[in-house]
Amino acid sequence: MSDITFTKEMKKDYTILIPNMSPIHFDLLIESAKLNGYKVLLLNNSGPHVIQEGLKYVHNDMCYPALIVIGQMIDYIKSGKIDVNKCAVAISQTGGGCRASNYYYLLKKALERAGYPQIPVISLNLKGMNSNPGLSITPKLIFQLLSGLLYGDLLMMLSHQVRPYEINKGDTDKVVKKWSEYLKNCYRTNKGYFWSHLDKNLANISDDFAAVPVDRTIKHVKVGVVGEIYMKYAPVGNNNLEKFLEDEGCEIMMPPLLGFILYGISNGIRDYELYGGSKRHTYHAVATRIVMPVLKKFEKKIDKAISRHKEFIVPASIDQLEEMGKSVIHTGCKMGEGWLLTAEMIELIKKGYGNIVCTQPFGCLPNHIVAKGMVRPIKDLYPDSNIVPIDYDPSATKVNQENRIKLMLAVAKENLEKELK
Amino acid sequence: MNHVGIDIGSTTIKVVVLDDEGKLISCAYERHYSEIVKKSEEMLNHIAPLIKNEKITLAISGSAGMGMAQACGIPFIQEVYATRTAVQKYIPNTDAVIELGGEDAKILFLTKGLEVRMNGSCAGGTGAFIDQMATLLGIGRDDIDYYAQRANKLYTIASRCGVFAKTDVQPLINQGAQTEDIAASILQAVVNQTVAGLSQGRKIQGNVVYLGGPLTFISTLRKLFDETLKTDGTLPENSLYYVAMGTALAKTGESFLLSEAIDKIKNNRGKGNYVTLPPLFENEEEYNAFIERHSKAKVKAIDPKAYHGKAYFGVDAGSTTIKVCLIDEEGNVLLTRYGTNNGNPIQAVKSFLNEFYEEYPYIQIAGAASTGYGEDLLKSAFRLDWGLVETQAHFKGARFFLPEVDFIIDIGGQDMKCFCIRDGAIDDIFLNEACSSGCGSFLQTFANALGKGVSEFAELALKAREPVDLGSRCTVFMNSSVKQAQKDGATVEDISAGLAISVVKNALYKVIRASSTESLGKNIVVQGGTFMNNAVLRAFEKEMGVDVIRPDIAGIMGAFGAALYAREKAKKLGQEQSTILSAEEVQELRHKVSTTNCGLCTNHCLLTINTFDGNRRLISGNRCEKPLSKKVRVSEDENIYAFKQQYFDAIMADEGEDINGTIGIPMALGMYELLPFWHAFWRELGYRVVCSGHSTRNLYVSGQGSIPSDTACFPAKLAHGHIEALLDKGVKKIWLPCSSYNVDEEKGNNHFNCPIVAYYGEVIRANQDLRGAEILDPFLSLEFPKYLEKRLSATLNLPRRKLRKPIEKAYEALDRYHKAVIDKGKQIVASANGRPIIVLAGRPYHIDHETNHGIDRLIAGLGALIISEDCLSYLETKKSVEVLNQWTYHARLYDAARYVTEHDNMNLVQFVSFGCGLDAVTTDEVRSILKEKDKIYTQIKIDEITNVGAVKIRLRSLFAALEERQ
Repeated sequence: MSDITFTKEMKKDYTILIPNMSPIHFDLLIESAKLNGYKVLLLNNSGPHVIQEGLKYVHNDMCYPALIVIGQMIDYIKSGKIDVNKCAVAISQTGGGCRASNYYYLLKKALERAGYPQIPVISLNLKGMNSNPGLSITPKLIFQLLSGLLYGDLLMMLSHQVRPYEINKGDTDKVVKKWSEYLKNCYRTNKGYFWSHLDKNLANISDDFAAVPVDRTIKHVKVGVVGEIYMKYAPVGNNNLEKFLEDEGCEIMMPPLLGFILYGISNGIRDYELYGGSKRHTYHAVATRIVMPVLKKFEKKIDKAISRHKEFIVPASIDQLEEMGKSVIHTGCKMGEGWLLTAEMIELIKKGYGNIVCTQPFGCLPNHIVAKGMVRPIKDLYPDSNIVPIDYDPSATKVNQENRIKLMLAVAKENLEKELK
Repeated sequence: MNHVGIDIGSTTIKVVVLDDEGKLISCAYERHYSEIVKKSEEMLNHIAPLIKNEKITLAISGSAGMGMAQACGIPFIQEVYATRTAVQKYIPNTDAVIELGGEDAKILFLTKGLEVRMNGSCAGGTGAFIDQMATLLGIGRDDIDYYAQRANKLYTIASRCGVFAKTDVQPLINQGAQTEDIAASILQAVVNQTVAGLSQGRKIQGNVVYLGGPLTFISTLRKLFDETLKTDGTLPENSLYYVAMGTALAKTGESFLLSEAIDKIKNNRGKGNYVTLPPLFENEEEYNAFIERHSKAKVKAIDPKAYHGKAYFGVDAGSTTIKVCLIDEEGNVLLTRYGTNNGNPIQAVKSFLNEFYEEYPYIQIAGAASTGYGEDLLKSAFRLDWGLVETQAHFKGARFFLPEVDFIIDIGGQDMKCFCIRDGAIDDIFLNEACSSGCGSFLQTFANALGKGVSEFAELALKAREPVDLGSRCTVFMNSSVKQAQKDGATVEDISAGLAISVVKNALYKVIRASSTESLGKNIVVQGGTFMNNAVLRAFEKEMGVDVIRPDIAGIMGAFGAALYAREKAKKLGQEQSTILSAEEVQELRHKVSTTNCGLCTNHCLLTINTFDGNRRLISGNRCEKPLSKKVRVSEDENIYAFKQQYFDAIMADEGEDINGTIGIPMALGMYELLPFWHAFWRELGYRVVCSGHSTRNLYVSGQGSIPSDTACFPAKLAHGHIEALLDKGVKKIWLPCSSYNVDEEKGNNHFNCPIVAYYGEVIRANQDLRGAEILDPFLSLEFPKYLEKRLSATLNLPRRKLRKPIEKAYEALDRYHKAVIDKGKQIVASANGRPIIVLAGRPYHIDHETNHGIDRLIAGLGALIISEDCLSYLETKKSVEVLNQWTYHARLYDAARYVTEHDNMNLVQFVSFGCGLDAVTTDEVRSILKEKDKIYTQIKIDEITNVGAVKIRLRSLFAALEERQ
């Protein structure tokens, strides 16, 4: 296999292709990358040809997200829209015990088989795996990305909470668009998005959403969405689940992306507690003393912004999630979305979003444990919860998926009617 | 006011009319053959006189009704929810409902917390599946109950899904098992699948109600559910109409005239909700050129009427078809025959031979050979001279036809086989696994269902303008995609073309994993019955962008190869006359079938014994050579799997005394590596250690109700049964620790467990009724002894000093085990003496017989010594691989593979459990490590399936290819 790396020279004129996992987040996140001198292009291409490329170059038993994102990249590269000698591709690598950590290698193999061995693959990870000289993860970049993540989370959560109740259709989307544009511009001009601006912007976003005229006397079915991270957020993967649910008249709640980052850090801390080891001890020390406290400060910022308006629901903090998760699952389950997924289901139930769609790639290994495997005890604790696991796969029909979601919704509507009486 | 409910299922439409009290006034049930608009309209018109001109409420339900309801603006009621509404009204004291439909299975729990469930995407064992099985058995779909009632015994049939079940059913048919027994076994598989897939830890008990077509029409199915669930379920009146009635009961708030509804339905032409692909042929010229090119590939044939003298007979008994070929001394074709076996291959060959003897008295059969699934059966029945593995037969046929062939792909009814040829020998073999099986016969079944012949159906595809994309996962998925597309208005032409493309994609991307033409070869021969379908042929050429050669006898290349083999053998031996039955003997051929359980080892294979006149006997269903009482070429002592099993048996037998308590250890997942460790640990702590023992079919079934995820791997599912076994032994404390990390053998970048092995204790704790017992599943790893001591002390609430000695003993025991395995491995390797060695590589839990289905013995029966990956991995130094190497057990695979490439007498066979996501990563890598040094890679995918026929073919192919190379 080729060992082409992304060099410093390449940084200047290579375009980096990144699959778009969550438009509301990634549209902002790439601006920070651009600000640091990277030429980045978000891939939103979808459709059967994308899946076809994925099936062609990736082992068909691999999980669906791998098939999609690799399919997207190869489809785009083949489309001729980009100079194949002047582009790189980037893929995340968590380094956990789930097979998703192998996407990097699968992508390399796929590019080689498709006839593009010259295209460097950049691994996006925080563990120093497969490092590329052209990519330097500076503290500055990390903070920029983090702020983008916060903005994205806030825009996502509040738009979900406001949109179903807006009186004038389109008002909520206008707020999203306004802020998205504003923030992009801040990043482009490298000002007004961090330090004191961060708190101010978050507060203003919250106020703007609160100012949207709404009618909260209408009762919508409240649906929580959890799942494997890609399937949960990516419209390309989940057949635009968000839109489907909102069109069905639901208010949805998707836990924030920041929670996943915090979860990731906390796992390293727990690893030392459960298994010992000197390397883990070092990590433990750094994470508990520095990383976690800093991140928790950011977590609080979101909390503060949302709390400005009592009609908005604040997401649970990582500590609260851990507590909730512990009631049914050991927080040592750390592969894939791990205990976080279970904890999020409980959080959603407690907040009135007990109708839950749990999205997962067909055959997802961690989800046998933390999703499908934990439905039973959750049901026992919360008998009125209404959870439907949905498998996504290149061959699964949309109709089958929607029919199962509709079953969940039928029960949800009945519960809502009972409640209203 | 009247209330109308329409339930449009995957195969039928049900229409009911209720009055205001919910009393059923009218009901109708009809098959719709995918013409849902026409049929609904017709059925609604039928109730029109009843309703007169009054306003009604009307709603649609059913998997096929969703799209239509949306398109014509009629309220839609989800079908499971409709069932629940109806059951609540008509049978209010119901606790649970089991409803089987054409494609979906549903379970509803109505009391103590409402739960409604439908089967997941990877399951199809319902009405459509039963229909398909009936076709396979050659009986009408309404006869299955009749046969099942008369069954004497049940065979084990995989219940994971329809495709897997079919893989088990097919060989039973070919072995001559009784239709009655197979019919009942199929129904039991449906029961197991429903229970295992849908109960998910909740017991189905109390007042159970059965609904839906299959449960209404098949009384045996109800009986089997009753027996399995230990309940006495009821089939209510109108059991077919609950969905429709629930739909009618729904308060939709809208009322209109029936005529308005009919208009809405009529004017709706739901269309375009499916993905289309480019057509197979752009224009007439392309088509003509294609036909012209392929008409040239012909074998030399001569008129049998004019032929006098010696001939060679070859027969290929496939899963659903039987192929016969007769050649002369030069290899020219005299006679061929291709037909379905109708579940009875012997009858098919008998009729051929009868005709042959009568019509061609001047032709003398000098040699006869059989191949395919029915190789042994036909060889015994007709006293043929030889048998050969089908991959060899296909290879021989293709090479005779085109000596410079370098790639062969054969798609039959059930299987796909591909070979790379180099220097005149097989260089690499690709065979499909269970998931992609049955594609060929699916095309046939589908054509037949539409009342068309296979070739007529294929011709339609060539005219298709917009082939439908039907996916390539498996025939169950394809089937539901087809139905969906039909409902959305796709034409038969487009579906036929879509199916052909799907079959090809399945072969290319799932079986061969090819992404470029170069990876195949220059001279590609395609064969097998499925390639007789021009659409499949064209789809293959188009997808790969290459011209291929299809012999005109593509469908019978296996039989042709067998005949060539017979010719080769006879000439070598100077044989003038075959031992094949004479004309009289053929006419008088009778045979009897009986079954018995083999008692020669713990596998207890269910043997099918065919007895023919003249004391010829064939035993099948065996996994090793023991019941055949042949000379054993490889002893148990030369099989590391047997050694490991014995080693574990000895540990399990050593329970010890209960001084401080008793602990139960389930023989699940990682315990197949760590038992020595934990056994020593607990024994030293003064505990009696009770193990769950060997896995068995019954043990699996006992735990299936608590499996939360039906797509998990079989070893994980078995864990539930092991817990039940421990509870049955009265154990009150169960030990199944969790750990993200395994022992660091310093082979890779990390040393993880897979998610399942890591955390399955949590799943058990969360889903299984432990009958008052307690499960201890603390998170700890063996990486650092001192830290382990700390963790154990904290989780077991014992002072550290008390744990020191037990932990020390535990590590010693584990080291002893590892050393024993390594020593035994060395000893086996040293004793090889020229005999081949197979490195049967997998995971520790693959030593369990219920998991490996005795395949180790099967390999031993083929004459190879067996060692495992952990006998070798320590011999290799850490090297980088082209995947992320971060799982302990998987790292051993790569090292073992590398070691194999350095040793001529060794070959590697990899066990892969279905659903093992990590093996989607490892298999490609192991293959490429082996490939680099020209070693043949053989993968054996195992699950609940007990049929080892396909496995045997795979292994024999490997051995035959190795022999040929030498």
